[in-house]
Amino acid sequence: MDEKLKRDIILENYQNPVNKGLTNSSGYVKINTRNSSCVDNIDVMAKLENGVFIDIRFDGEACAISTSATSIMIKTLIGKTVDEVKNIVDNYEKMINGEKYDADVLGQLVVYNTVAKQPSRKKCAFLPFEAIRQIIKDIG
Amino acid sequence: MNREDFEMLNNSNVIYFDNGATTLKPKCVVKEVVDYYTKYTANAHRGDYTISQIVDEKYEKVRDKIKDFIGATRRDEIIYTKGTTESINTIVFGFMKNYLKPNDEVLITKSEHASNILPWIELSKRLGVIVKYIPLNNEHELTVDNLLRSITSKTKVISLAHITNAVGDIRPIEEIGKICKDKNILFVVDAAQSIGHLPIDVQKNNISFLAFSAHKMLGPTGIGVLYGKYDLLNKLVPNEYGGGMNSYFESSGELEYKPLPERLEAGTQNIAGVLGMGAAIDYLSNIGLENIHKYELELKEYAVKELLKIPNIKIYNQNSKSGIVIFNIDKIFSQDTAVFLNHFNICVRAGNHCAKIVKDEINVSNTCRASFYLYNTKEEIDQLINALKQQDKIFEIIL
Repeated sequence: MDEKLKRDIILENYQNPVNKGLTNSSGYVKINTRNSSCVDNIDVMAKLENGVFIDIRFDGEACAISTSATSIMIKTLIGKTVDEVKNIVDNYEKMINGEKYDADVLGQLVVYNTVAKQPSRKKCAFLPFEAIRQIIKDIG
Repeated sequence: MNREDFEMLNNSNVIYFDNGATTLKPKCVVKEVVDYYTKYTANAHRGDYTISQIVDEKYEKVRDKIKDFIGATRRDEIIYTKGTTESINTIVFGFMKNYLKPNDEVLITKSEHASNILPWIELSKRLGVIVKYIPLNNEHELTVDNLLRSITSKTKVISLAHITNAVGDIRPIEEIGKICKDKNILFVVDAAQSIGHLPIDVQKNNISFLAFSAHKMLGPTGIGVLYGKYDLLNKLVPNEYGGGMNSYFESSGELEYKPLPERLEAGTQNIAGVLGMGAAIDYLSNIGLENIHKYELELKEYAVKELLKIPNIKIYNQNSKSGIVIFNIDKIFSQDTAVFLNHFNICVRAGNHCAKIVKDEINVSNTCRASFYLYNTKEEIDQLINALKQQDKIFEIIL
């Protein structure tokens, strides 16, 4: 994907992220996650039915990379089963760490495929995925 | 000023505006540390051979330098620690834990660094002392009026930063010291951000305990100082027991610990760090802290004047009198601004500056901080301004 297009996708998701704002509706699991550099701070909440992520929402303050990654992650994961989500999170992590990964399962998330070159931004890009991983762990 | 003394400035084109986090080291400090490792590596206090005697003498001479630098009465009021955090924790858990009673009150503020908040919160959990926050004014600064209003008959300790790292305000410690003396309150001062920037006199300011780190005053990392008034410090219970702090011990359990300062310095200390700290004190004393403070303030005022000319820049501490500027670009997350400035080789800090509850006061949880020191220049500030003027390119650059 061309760099300009990648930047446009990231920027669009930063400036107009999907599902921003939490809900009081029942059936959601909520996780707060903070970047260890003590800057980004977001809440992620997800609702599952029959092992499928039917909704994911978030709120908080975070940088362009974290916020956009959360938005694209939400779009990518809604409608997926827990196993599919686990596979996406694992492959995304590999990509962020500069390891071999399966680009086919990541969809638009591949816009972060050069983040590995900026060590300080890796945590930002992975922040919402940490929350999803924790949610999967919590629901057992 | 004195840029030629700093190898970092000769070796790179970096513009270093993160002096609140740590400072660059002048050649004389580096030389002092290298000399220890290349000319007379030996332990202190083992004086039977020449190089150890050299080390011993230098090591103890630094204690005298520090005593004079902060205006202490006695050399044994100076304890070497690994830095401000260890110093404050030692004060809280070695002294205050035994001195304070449940429901005694400790006054701090929300703009303190984590290391002057968390030990007190931890002590309140364990001992039931009450930690109270003195309200700050509209400029997020501490006023004597607010301090006086917060004092009750139960106030036993006031613990404050001399200069805060998140707001950059200078506290009127002389006046606060007088109040503490009149009301028989212990006064703990976190001098991490002020040491090396402003003169301090522990006697004149009636300071009970003082904590600072060498690395924020041109010295090495991993070394700092705990000062305590002798009668108080002598009651401080050591946290560490072992070599160097005991006079003798028998298998029967009979033992005696050494007097101050050795009693509070168990084990081999950071000797290279101590010697480097001594060189930093000499260096700063030669320039004069008043001159440094005046110059930093000039830089800060220049930066504020120029920043105000740029649209979309919000400054949070326009009037504070230290070399710290806290700002944001409107609607841009502070970390993105810091990453953007890094593309211009400008180092600033983004985040909450380890003062995580100051957000309650300034209503913004993340800011950029440019903190100046003696080697920074107006030309460097011009480069910051020039970079910030290109803010419309931020996402093009960082993404």
